[in-house]
Amino acid sequence: MSDSNHKSLRHLVGPQDSMRMMESLKRGATRRDILSMLMAGGMQATLAGGLAGMAMSAHADMPRRGGRIRVGTDTAAVTDTLDPSKQSNKTDYCRGSMIYNGLTSLDSSLNPQPALAESFTTKDAKTWVFTLRKGVTFHDGKPLVPADVVFSVMRHKDPATSSKAKTLADQIDSVTATGPNQVTVVLSAPNADLPVILGTFHFYILKDGTTDFNAGIGTGPYKVKEFKPGIRSVMVRNESYWKPNKPYLDEIELVGVGDESARINALLSGGLDLIASVNPRSVDRVKSAPGYSLFITQSGQYSDLVMRKDMGPGANPDFVMAMKYLFDREQMKKAIALDYAVLANDQPIDPTNRFYFAGLPQRAFDPEKAKFHLQKSGITGKIPVVASPASLYSTDIALVLQQSAQRVGLDLDVKRMPADGYWSNHWLNSAVGFGTVLPRPSADVLLTQFFHSTAAWNESRWKSPVFDQLLLSSRAETDFAKRKQMYADMQTMISQEAGIGIPMFMATLDAHSSKLKGLVPVPLGGLMGYSFAENVWLEA
Amino acid sequence: MNKVILRLLGQRFLLALLSLLAVSVVVFAITAVLPGDAAEEQLGQSATPETVAALRAQMGLDVAAPVRYGRWLTGLFKGDLGTSSTTQMPVGQLIGSRLPNSLMLAAITALISVPIALTLGIASAVWRGSWFDRIASTSAVGIVSVPEFLVATIAVLIFAVKLKWLPALSFASDIESIGQMLKAFAMPVLSLCCVIVAQMMRMSRAAVIDQLDAPYIEMVRLKGASPARMVLAHALPNAVGPIANAVALSLSYLLGGVIIVETIFNYPGVAKLMVDGVSQRDMPLVQSCAMIFCCGYLLLVTAADVLGILANPRLRHG
Repeated sequence: MSDSNHKSLRHLVGPQDSMRMMESLKRGATRRDILSMLMAGGMQATLAGGLAGMAMSAHADMPRRGGRIRVGTDTAAVTDTLDPSKQSNKTDYCRGSMIYNGLTSLDSSLNPQPALAESFTTKDAKTWVFTLRKGVTFHDGKPLVPADVVFSVMRHKDPATSSKAKTLADQIDSVTATGPNQVTVVLSAPNADLPVILGTFHFYILKDGTTDFNAGIGTGPYKVKEFKPGIRSVMVRNESYWKPNKPYLDEIELVGVGDESARINALLSGGLDLIASVNPRSVDRVKSAPGYSLFITQSGQYSDLVMRKDMGPGANPDFVMAMKYLFDREQMKKAIALDYAVLANDQPIDPTNRFYFAGLPQRAFDPEKAKFHLQKSGITGKIPVVASPASLYSTDIALVLQQSAQRVGLDLDVKRMPADGYWSNHWLNSAVGFGTVLPRPSADVLLTQFFHSTAAWNESRWKSPVFDQLLLSSRAETDFAKRKQMYADMQTMISQEAGIGIPMFMATLDAHSSKLKGLVPVPLGGLMGYSFAENVWLEA
Repeated sequence: MNKVILRLLGQRFLLALLSLLAVSVVVFAITAVLPGDAAEEQLGQSATPETVAALRAQMGLDVAAPVRYGRWLTGLFKGDLGTSSTTQMPVGQLIGSRLPNSLMLAAITALISVPIALTLGIASAVWRGSWFDRIASTSAVGIVSVPEFLVATIAVLIFAVKLKWLPALSFASDIESIGQMLKAFAMPVLSLCCVIVAQMMRMSRAAVIDQLDAPYIEMVRLKGASPARMVLAHALPNAVGPIANAVALSLSYLLGGVIIVETIFNYPGVAKLMVDGVSQRDMPLVQSCAMIFCCGYLLLVTAADVLGILANPRLRHG
């Protein structure tokens, strides 16, 4: 936006005059000063007015250095940590992206962009060579060397680290320094998505040999000034950050406010500048208050109905089909997500993903077909369905399903379990229940973690050797078109055979003061995939 | 101090130790019965059998429950409150960073609510039956019936969002001036006062009315004493016992029961720490917090009893 305003200005008045206007704006000129400047040169009033307006908006879109913001996320626990291998909640991810960098970073299409690694090359997707950027230093002045990368990545393989990314790191055989600025990674099997994996939160680069993480020494845009787990953290700008001109803000204070209404009240009363996780039902409050805006991130997160294929009613494929036809997706999108969602087709790859297969016909709400499959399955009686507030919208989805099921004579008994302990006790154990999958950095990671025959999180216990083989070949395939076709086939297979029903992909909603600029959605999660810190600035 | 009080204090101290021990056993047993443990809770959805086992070994959770309790108890005698299983920080440090906040909030609330409650209670007792008495009693019951999260939420909506007079969150660490402190504490203290004033007020009203019906008060009136002297110098000292007990009961709630106010105002206190500890199954943390609340309660009740004895000359001299 800033570029187009700039260009038009330059076309209309010439480069010298537009530069003069922008310089004076930087020095604090107001619209009146610009107007008088133009009119003193003999320009007519209305034309001057239009040009002044254009100059003002071009100036507003340029990042401004300075300022301090307070950010409120939705989790604050005493288990907050600055150790990337143990992080798992949004506040931790935000902090991580403030103080650390990875070898790559993911942009708004989840493509890996060079970060600490200037370039990465491979011939067979099995051996990768990363060339490190020169001149990068940690917050304490130590320069970045390959040994740091080796330490940071290999520690995830050690069971003593109890890393959350161990399963992802298991495919890495070795990481070695092969030059003063070069690191070679050898995988156990080819994986074209390695740069994407290395751009995720767990694989941030730490100083070689770090054992105490409370100091938060990294290469990132901010330095730790204060860190009180469960209360708040304050970060100050890293003056020697390797990206020129970034970050823009002087200081960021990060607080965790668990109660959603408390968060919104704090934003609307001026106590916070940016908040995460706004419920769609509170959107009206934000929109009706002047000076506040909503930030929508459509991503691939979903809550799915899990019907186990190895026990219970899900073992009967006709029952599974019947349930899939009972999803009134439009109704759910409108009533539950209040239109902040995108329809899904019982397969987990969403439209923002580069491998999304648009050609799969959308399964519609079809009570007739559902009734047919239900009768064919021969299943009668009460079917317990386990839902919980721990799984986003699952109770609402279950209730809508219950209503639709009554129309075809199926009695669903919705059992609402408390959020506490849901994931350990119910999620993978119920015969028919709900799960939630948060956005994953790549299709490969998602399918490997949730749909491979041997995956620990294969919710519906669907085992297909053809699918497994496709998954393996798509990982090794470096040709984009061929890969896309393979993923299309896999999506079709899941939609037709697996025991999961996905009605919609839900968007994440954040809210902020309109003075905060620079937020661009990244489908990895809210708050720009948690990496908002180096990209935002405060308007004057 | 005289023998009666000393003996009482000695007895109470021993009983207190026994109570604390009993509470620790009960809390430990109940938390151990809850499904899941600290390692599972921390790994959440990403728990696999190896990582859970590794984390359990690291946290020291791979031994039997009585052994863990024994270890904790021996640590306690040495003065070591243990290490929180989830954050690996010493429990003493965790609580130490939050306890002053809780105590400050409790102290300020007590300072404001107790005088108000006592004044209202005594005034209602003296003018019982009058319109003042009726209004005070009804509104007290009305206010205490309103849940405190409703009071807090409405207060925040009016004073923080609409009028922008007060901050919606109380950051205990950013306070630099008295003015800021008053602003940050105004709404939490208001919400808490609404809860405890009513009980103290009604108890003091009942206690004073009970005394005012006694024959010696009639004697005082016949002697010609002013109404103020009659109430404050004669009736009140005899009513101190039940009043002090009611005040102690209400104040003990302020230490551990303020979880809702802490959540709405994001106030970093000990109650929220304990609730987080329970959901994370963090045994040492939960134990220590339970001990603290128990100690606080015992202290307040003992102080109330001592006050009751001191105010009554018959009991003071045995």
